[in-house]
Amino acid sequence: MMLTLVGVCEGMLEDSARRARGVGADIWVSSSTNAIIGLSTAGMSEKYLDFFRKQPHVVAVMGTVIQPVGGVKTVTGIDLDEFNKISGGFKYLAGGPFRNPDDIIVDEYYARENHLHVGSTVQVLNRPWRVCGIVEPGKLARIVIPRRRLQELTANTGKLSQIWLKLDDPSNTQSVIASLKSQLPGYSIISVEELTSLYSVNNVPGLKAFIGVVITLSIVVGFLVVFLSMYTAVLERTREIGILKALGASSAYVLNVIFRETIMLAFAGTIAGIVLSYGSRWLIMAVVPGSLTQKIIPAWWLVAGGIAVTGALVGAIYPAWKAARQDAIEALSYE
Amino acid sequence: MSDEFIIRVHDLRKVYRVGDVDVPALRGVDLAVSRGEFLTIVGPSGSGKSTLFHVLGGLTPPTSGKVYIHGKDLSAMSDAERTNLRKTEVGFVFQKYNLLPTLTAADNIAIARHIASRSDGYDPKFQEVLELLGIAHRLHHKPKALSGGEQQRVAIARAIVNRPSILLADEPTGNLDSENSKIVLGILRDLNTRMGQTILMITHNPEAASYAHRIVHMRDGRIVP
Repeated sequence: MMLTLVGVCEGMLEDSARRARGVGADIWVSSSTNAIIGLSTAGMSEKYLDFFRKQPHVVAVMGTVIQPVGGVKTVTGIDLDEFNKISGGFKYLAGGPFRNPDDIIVDEYYARENHLHVGSTVQVLNRPWRVCGIVEPGKLARIVIPRRRLQELTANTGKLSQIWLKLDDPSNTQSVIASLKSQLPGYSIISVEELTSLYSVNNVPGLKAFIGVVITLSIVVGFLVVFLSMYTAVLERTREIGILKALGASSAYVLNVIFRETIMLAFAGTIAGIVLSYGSRWLIMAVVPGSLTQKIIPAWWLVAGGIAVTGALVGAIYPAWKAARQDAIEALSYE
Repeated sequence: MSDEFIIRVHDLRKVYRVGDVDVPALRGVDLAVSRGEFLTIVGPSGSGKSTLFHVLGGLTPPTSGKVYIHGKDLSAMSDAERTNLRKTEVGFVFQKYNLLPTLTAADNIAIARHIASRSDGYDPKFQEVLELLGIAHRLHHKPKALSGGEQQRVAIARAIVNRPSILLADEPTGNLDSENSKIVLGILRDLNTRMGQTILMITHNPEAASYAHRIVHMRDGRIVP
């Protein structure tokens, strides 16, 4: 559970970072740093697009509008010409660019999850859209619609959420950022490299606390499962413990047997958890590839193993103590 | 104390506390068992023979009196010391075999060696014993795949694998048919005569008791003539 949930958190962030890199821009501009995780609404005037186009070293500019559509999903409004210039355009797996204002382009994962094909109708923002193109994932967003249409529908005409700039040479990024910051104080202007580095657990409000809760729950569940299973095992094996004691096994020997079994159980549980995290990743990719992305994080295997062993050992203390204190005669007469 | 007695018991009393009532199980037992003797204790249910078996085996401490096993005063021993005594000085054979069901016959014998911190291998004499017991070819089977007689023979092998001073057998033929009973009793007698193993056996069965050198009767927590 822990490996899957942490993997989903990290996977979603990494996917967002990958899509941001996929734009091919060098500088990212927003009126708010909250826009990093797509929570801001349009707050910048479209007039800034011309302003940025006139800046030295800037060769392409793209403005986007982002609108949440439930959960962590968002729809992004783009101008396809701007997008093509800055990123080289989408790679269409089926269909092609927008032809009508109510056309929508979705990526392969979103299409697969929602069983969409070119010509399908999909409900977004409480209205029907015609799928005009299905594209390779990894560029900007999973769902894109014409920017103008999104601005009208969300009463943000002439407003943008984010602006992406492509430079003639990436080595000019810092000097251009410094120049822009001096001209536009109060705006968030950072390199795309820095933007993608901000897609981390520490920068998403509540995510670190959520992972903390998941870890705590894992310890509690691990403790309860091992406590109950070891308690049951000790009861079921009362007679066997009596036999060991009759053979001369000390309390330390019995404790050793119980704790070794517990640690083996914890390791087996950890391995099962790792295998299951691969299984959950496969399931996510098969069922909801457009909504969730799970990453396999080997660095967390050790953490998960440590938590499993700790929870299991704590859970085994009482059953082990009970087993070690078992009276041999009573245990041998146990049916 | 004379060294010829491997077990010496003097005025042994054992009282169990049941709720608020003291229940005397042994009321002053005096007994001496010579090294290499095969002794049978017979008596009705409640006569105290099982309690005597538990005290001599170090499974429970006496309430009062003196108990010497191989010269060691059991009545002065702590729980840990009695546990150590069970590793090396005493071997148990129970009516219900009491083999560990998840282990093979070989592992059931090996775990007794492991608990006593002995090496994994068996000495040549024990190999002879395995042949004598007739279970050498059945050692890799788990208890559920063995007959009652075979299980009891494995239990005997486990009891003597650490060469204990005394072998305590509590109704060893109680769960066996007459044919297997004869085999097991014959084995106990062979161990006694060929290896000099001291054996103390509890039984209800007069035919089984007849295999011993000496029969001691118990009633109401005492040894009676």
